[in-house]
Amino acid sequence: MAETASVRVTPTRILMRDAGLIALVVFGLSFGLVGFRIEDVSGGLALLTRFDGVFFATVLAFLGRVALTMLHERRALPVALVALPVALAVLLLQLFADALDPARSYPFRSEVVNWSLFAVALALGLRGVWLNWHHGGLLSNREARERNMDEVGAKVQQAARYLGPALLGLAIVLPFLPFADRRVLDIAILVVTYIMLGWGLNIVVGLAGLLDLGYVAFYAVGAYSYALLAQNFDLGFWTCLPLAGILAAFAGILLGFPVLRLRGDYLAIVTLGFGEIIRIILLNWYTFTGGPDGISGIPRPTFFGLELGKRASDGGETFHSFFNLTYAPIDRIIFMFYLILGLALLTNLFTLRIRKLPIGRAWEALREDETACRSLGMNPRNTKLTAFSIGAMFGGFGGSFFATRQGFISPESFTFIESAVILAIVVLGGMGSQIGVVFAAILLIGLPEFFRELQQYRMLAFGMAMVTIMVWRPSGLLAHREPTLRLHPDPDRTGAA
Amino acid sequence: MSAVLRDDAARALLTVEHLTMRFGGLVAINDVSFAARPREITAIIGPNGAGKTTLFNCLTGFYQPTVGRLTLHHPQRGPFLLERMEGYAIPNRAGVARTFQNIRLFPQMSVLENLIIAQHNKLMRASGYTFAGLLGLPGYRKAEQAAIELARYWLDRIHLTERADWNAGNLPYGDQRRLEIARAMCTEPALLCLDEPAAGLNPRESAELNRLLTYIRDQHGIGLLLIEHDMTVVMGISDHIVVLDYGRKISDGTPEFVRNDPAVIRAYLGEEEPDEDADGVSTGA
Repeated sequence: MAETASVRVTPTRILMRDAGLIALVVFGLSFGLVGFRIEDVSGGLALLTRFDGVFFATVLAFLGRVALTMLHERRALPVALVALPVALAVLLLQLFADALDPARSYPFRSEVVNWSLFAVALALGLRGVWLNWHHGGLLSNREARERNMDEVGAKVQQAARYLGPALLGLAIVLPFLPFADRRVLDIAILVVTYIMLGWGLNIVVGLAGLLDLGYVAFYAVGAYSYALLAQNFDLGFWTCLPLAGILAAFAGILLGFPVLRLRGDYLAIVTLGFGEIIRIILLNWYTFTGGPDGISGIPRPTFFGLELGKRASDGGETFHSFFNLTYAPIDRIIFMFYLILGLALLTNLFTLRIRKLPIGRAWEALREDETACRSLGMNPRNTKLTAFSIGAMFGGFGGSFFATRQGFISPESFTFIESAVILAIVVLGGMGSQIGVVFAAILLIGLPEFFRELQQYRMLAFGMAMVTIMVWRPSGLLAHREPTLRLHPDPDRTGAA
Repeated sequence: MSAVLRDDAARALLTVEHLTMRFGGLVAINDVSFAARPREITAIIGPNGAGKTTLFNCLTGFYQPTVGRLTLHHPQRGPFLLERMEGYAIPNRAGVARTFQNIRLFPQMSVLENLIIAQHNKLMRASGYTFAGLLGLPGYRKAEQAAIELARYWLDRIHLTERADWNAGNLPYGDQRRLEIARAMCTEPALLCLDEPAAGLNPRESAELNRLLTYIRDQHGIGLLLIEHDMTVVMGISDHIVVLDYGRKISDGTPEFVRNDPAVIRAYLGEEEPDEDADGVSTGA
């Protein structure tokens, strides 16, 4: 409001020069990269030119720069008036492209470029309309935005009291909803697996503040523990699950003991290294793990001793014959869904409970200030080790579920990208926020799965979303911390000034 | 000298003997010996870089002294040799608590939580190292209530009961200083080490701090060790002053004695030397 007056308007000459400079840079970059293209034609290579692409890229960069500057200076109306019709035109051209010429799309040959152009024009236009409406919006007022988002986070967390059970209820009835076919359930299982892993990593990263880039190592230890125990000792899923958790926790202690004296970035790099070491061991210890061949034929879990296959193995009984049902292959998927839902809930309840215990508060205090913790007589090494190993234990549970769901595991499933995605879920959700992890997992795992058609652009969109979040709200979507205990029960008196 | 030390040691809370701390070639503390008694405020003063904070870091286990012996005579638990203990065990077992020159609270946690975390070891035992606590056994709940009561006692002392559920980082500066002292007191120490508690306080806050420190000394009977530059605080409340300069002890005694000690005046105001010395420097240069 008062800010609006203080924003200086750049003179047209300087604006043009600035935008021209940007256009020149884009021209320089795109001339070589876009302008020429080598194609494999019969009998050799041919150099094709695409100077129209260079021209359009340069013009668009020029216009985009002008629009951004004008938006920044609150001259929003002209931008909206230009950008919205452009967006509309591109959209119409896209939708009715087949009528014009089924062989190519308009206005550009590439569909992806067209959709990107549409998205950018729409974003600019909407931003312009928004700024025009709310005079002096919050574009540059980062602190106010942080405060607003913190309030949103607080409200969502208050709402989580109702939202949590509601989501849980939805999850419980999901397999019986009409649209829940095999594909939807598979995606749901995947999302809930990542929610569980996110909650597990949240103990390490969100509560204890230990940046762990090698979480997938414990996931792998859990998966291989189950697979090897089941194959070599003929143990069932329900015996192996706790064993896999214990072994993963043990791996956490072994890894944590030497590395937890490091802080911050150094810890992150060492855990990254250990994550890779575990994967490479799995890959190369052929006699023990099967190396790149992996382990196949991992037994499926049973429902109180009842198998969920079509035919029982010798001496066993199947679920459908015991309950006199007709066999449906989706039963096993539904059972898997409830299994991972149960494991995820266990993780969540454990975290909620331990946060209110001395060890949970100690983790959070350690995240805030390790030196102060030492001065209060807390043993930082042991406290960190418990966080690391408990996080690892849940990773191990998740891993053994993964093994039993897939029926086949190989080191390829445990690459760094898995760690990165789990960490992204935790960070995006807001460190330490349980409900945030749920939303972030749906956003990061569920949506890309549904939009598989976008193929290779999926990861690009993923990266762009992450960058946007980091710029817009670095502390995560729903980062808001409620005290673990209060002296005054009335929440209105908290006064988060 | 050592006979005096032995006499002191009989009723001392803390004895520091021949403490030396070297960082490579730099001697931060050079053969310092003194004693601090319970129910007394012992101030450690000296110009910047005299080694005061290094002394604190040796006492509280952040540094391992190069040479020397640091003995804490805990009234209930007997003597502890601090230089042989691990850093975190010193507050936990020997009962030495400290505050920091630049405040080190847990800013994103509430005031009450800050005071509860200070009672971590007690609560960990009560929660059966988390196992009993996870099951919600009544023993832990009782211990937590007791911890909250202790926190409330100190909140009343520092007038923060109303704001107990605020984030500690949102408190005004003076309140943060006092909260840090209260947090250290929640560890139920035998010796409280305060590193410049009056830094950045206005005169009213600083008078309030004096009242708090004398209250702790008189009502809780523990010893206080105080690094301070604010002479009104030092002269107003301390019972015993140790003066350091360039890592050496240059004076040790009651406030009156130290105030009139020529060595102290020299260290603070500079040498009152004849003029030819200064001339010598200028001609030499």
